[in-house]
Amino acid sequence: MRRLLVAVAALALAAAGCASDLPPTGASAQPSAAPATSAAASEAASAGTGEQSDFFVQADYDAQLAMRTQTAEGPGDKPWEQAIAPQMVDTAKYKKDGPYHLCFSNAAVNNPWRQVGWTTMQEEVALHKEIKEFTALDAEGKDDKQISDIAELQSKGCDALIISPNTTATLTPAVSGACPEVPVIVFDRGVETDCPVTFIKPIGGYAFGADGAEFLIEKVPAGGKILALRILPGVDVLETRWSAAKVAFDKSQLQVIGVEFTDGDAAKTKSIVSDYIARHGKIDGVWMDAGATAVAAIEAFEDAGVPVPAFVGEDQQDFLQKWKDGNLTAVAPTYPTYQWRTPIIAALKILKGEEVPKMWNLPQPKITQENLGTYLQPNMPLLHYALCGCESMPGFPGKWGGK
Amino acid sequence: MTGRVVALVANPTRAVYAALIATLAIGWALVAFDGGTFTLNDLVGIQQRSAALGIVAIGQTLAILAGSLDLSVAYLISLVSLVAAETMAGQSSNILTAVVVALGVSALVGLVNGVVITKLKVHAFIATLGVALVIRGVLDHLYDGPAGRVPVEFQQLGYSRVGPVPVAAILWAAVAVGVWFLLRRTRFGNRVYAVGGDVEVARLSGVRTDRVVIAAHVLCSLCAGVAGLLLASRLGAGAPTVGTDGGYDLESIAAVVLGGTALAGGRGGVAGTVGGVLLLAVLDSVFNQLEVNSFFKDVVRGVVIVVAVAVYARRTGRRAS
Amino acid sequence: MKRAIPIFVVLAGLLVAIAAANPFFLEPAGFLAFLKRVAPLAILAAGQYFVIVSGEFDLSVGSLVTVEVVVAARLIDGDEAMTWPVLALLVVIGLLVGLVNGLVTTRLRVPSFITTLGAMLILSGAVFLWTGGAPRGALSQGFRVFGREGVWAVAILAVVVVAAVLLMRADFGRTLVAAGDNEKAARLSGVRVDRVRVFAFMLSGLSAAVAGILLGGFAGVSAQVGQSLEFQAITAVVLGGVVLGGGRGHVVAAIAGAFTLEALFTLLNLHGISGALEYAVQGVIIIAAVAVGGLRLPALRLTPSKV
Repeated sequence: MRRLLVAVAALALAAAGCASDLPPTGASAQPSAAPATSAAASEAASAGTGEQSDFFVQADYDAQLAMRTQTAEGPGDKPWEQAIAPQMVDTAKYKKDGPYHLCFSNAAVNNPWRQVGWTTMQEEVALHKEIKEFTALDAEGKDDKQISDIAELQSKGCDALIISPNTTATLTPAVSGACPEVPVIVFDRGVETDCPVTFIKPIGGYAFGADGAEFLIEKVPAGGKILALRILPGVDVLETRWSAAKVAFDKSQLQVIGVEFTDGDAAKTKSIVSDYIARHGKIDGVWMDAGATAVAAIEAFEDAGVPVPAFVGEDQQDFLQKWKDGNLTAVAPTYPTYQWRTPIIAALKILKGEEVPKMWNLPQPKITQENLGTYLQPNMPLLHYALCGCESMPGFPGKWGGK
Repeated sequence: MTGRVVALVANPTRAVYAALIATLAIGWALVAFDGGTFTLNDLVGIQQRSAALGIVAIGQTLAILAGSLDLSVAYLISLVSLVAAETMAGQSSNILTAVVVALGVSALVGLVNGVVITKLKVHAFIATLGVALVIRGVLDHLYDGPAGRVPVEFQQLGYSRVGPVPVAAILWAAVAVGVWFLLRRTRFGNRVYAVGGDVEVARLSGVRTDRVVIAAHVLCSLCAGVAGLLLASRLGAGAPTVGTDGGYDLESIAAVVLGGTALAGGRGGVAGTVGGVLLLAVLDSVFNQLEVNSFFKDVVRGVVIVVAVAVYARRTGRRAS
Repeated sequence: MKRAIPIFVVLAGLLVAIAAANPFFLEPAGFLAFLKRVAPLAILAAGQYFVIVSGEFDLSVGSLVTVEVVVAARLIDGDEAMTWPVLALLVVIGLLVGLVNGLVTTRLRVPSFITTLGAMLILSGAVFLWTGGAPRGALSQGFRVFGREGVWAVAILAVVVVAAVLLMRADFGRTLVAAGDNEKAARLSGVRVDRVRVFAFMLSGLSAAVAGILLGGFAGVSAQVGQSLEFQAITAVVLGGVVLGGGRGHVVAAIAGAFTLEALFTLLNLHGISGALEYAVQGVIIIAAVAVGGLRLPALRLTPSKV
């Protein structure tokens, strides 16, 4: 009871007009609950794909699938500067003279994808003489720390603030709070407010998921058995991947025999796939929402002594190597790490008063049998992501661990 | 002079505050050397950062003093944040109900912990680990991601300040003072120390030891519940991973022992825990200022905790044996 | 050994249930696959048993497994010639971490819960500090063979089981149990309590090295490879009827605890209770097992150093 009183007292104090760091736009942020109403109920439960995800938004899905065939504007050899269907916003009010102090609130550096991206971003910073200072704080995957980090960075005299949010819904208030203070650039995961000057992302999860599913539908004969492997539920950028794949599978003649969560753990992935092979005998295709454990899944087939079926992976070198060595039927949709270059470029454009796209949609290529050779780089570490867009940077390949 | 240093270090509570002041000074110097400054803003940041862990650690202190410990707090925090945010559903009129429901859930979990430990005679490590797994299962089953919405009035709890002091820190201080009073000025407090010191002796001298342990666990879980509410107000929603991401289970235990409370129970107190939490927060803040790699931070933390406890162990002298 | 009977009954029941749900389990290949999967946890449980029966905890084994795999990948970096030197190094690392854990616990009198919690932070921090946040490099085929081919994994498991049983039958085993049962009495009767405990920690570190070799071999390098293995190993040991606080329980029962835990996961999986509710079921079962096994025994012996 005492605590309840304390809490109530705290509220009363706050209501009495004491200083508040609460973002002014906090109240107008979108509801954090996912727009479940727009999710089409699944009529295709017989296909084994289950209910459609709460995260599915038809309009976003349609837009992303359309973007796959649109031509991006900008220099063709620098996809990280390209934008698909950009709607430019004026940034004259942010214009100021250099040199600049850029700040970055990073969600985490806890997996190879983020590791490659983070290296790429630091190298991008090194390319620009007009950046005199670059302050980066690592939230270590903790929402609460990232909220504090964003508040802390606002007092550091940053000219622009780059944010890679740890979670979409829970970081929205903090981002809203930073917007009035400093030009904000968000990339990778989004937030539920349009206050940042620009939001940078590759086309997105729907396109990623659909690329893989469509490949399997094309390569696997009707009636074929598909195993879908997901990392974990509830992360928007992963939920969209699966929901788009589900739409494609539901329309197809393929049979999804299982949808399993792997936690992104190689051993768990391998065990799950081994169990499915033992139970179903033959599996004709494996769909994955991220390729980090693709090699472990392939090994499950090798160890069981059965041919490796059609596979969906990602642009990590270990998968590409396996693909080439085993002459697999495979595709690798990508979520390019070159998107870590763009925020720095965007920040400088904004500070120079040049216009930037409100929604900066980067091209999102997929690796196919035809272009596999271009992306396979045997001199790079096995966990390196091929689409880093970093090959021409001065620190390449050493900074990324290559030889 | 050396005698004075020894005397200083001989009392864990004093030692942890000495270490805290030293860390602040060294940190300030390092940051200054690095070209930065330690501003009021950073001090506010430290308070914000420590509040949630601080409140959990106060509760953990109670459990540990009673000779137990609680590994379920991290998942409980996540659960409470979700229960509170979903009950509030963005409506300020639901705040009171949500707080009551959230604390009710917490108390219930604490009760289960306490009863399993005392009545079923399950070791606290296993009992609270088991309860943690059960809560985890429930969380994974019911929630896919952040859910519910906290009205803007309740978000004030996590964001407002009275002058330079965040409301969250005031809440933490209130909980600390409350539990300090409970431990030092009430019969219940004496019994907690008695039970943690030697459960058999306590029982023989007429203490209903089971009740004391159960009460300690209920209070511990209530503290975790308050921390869950605070985090919900910070995030604006409930999140199924907020407790485990923060590592509040092991981190709160680490903060308690860093503050000089004996893991075996019966010795220590709230003041030390507050110092332990602040020490961890200052380290965090200094590392943040210097943009030190988070992995290096873990190494330093691990060393600090082990060294601190080794120093305290010297004080207690040779083991009874 | 009497305390251990329930765990074997439960294990047998679970195995029958698995076989009923999935006949493939009875074929040699199916059972071999199960053994291969159990091996790492069973080996960790054996290591953890030594520490627990002597009255201590080892929370560092999960991080240590990750360290072993990540270090192996970075040093081997796909080079077959490095396989054996690195394997030797991994064993040394395991023993060394155990030695440090043991010395800090016994000489500096830090409760093992804290010692190994600190070691957990230090190990995982240090290894990723070294690799920059995520694993680097690759394991060689020669390294992977131990975890990938079931025969190897089962052979290693068998050796570990036999060695553990022999150790517990030797003087070491008796003194270890005596130290955990009543430290004071053991000291008075001339047992070098500290020395056997340090040795127990080294065995636990060694078990983490072997488990790391098997797990890395099984599925390759990954940052999550050791995640929460410390809790699983302790759970397995406790399921086997070994009492936290020390002095009671049999090593074979602890290993059977690991089998039971893995069999439980397999069975839940077969019945489609995977993911979410799996944890809840696991939690209830652990509490129930300890409650049933320990009703007549004193509880709340958190650390042996209680004064």
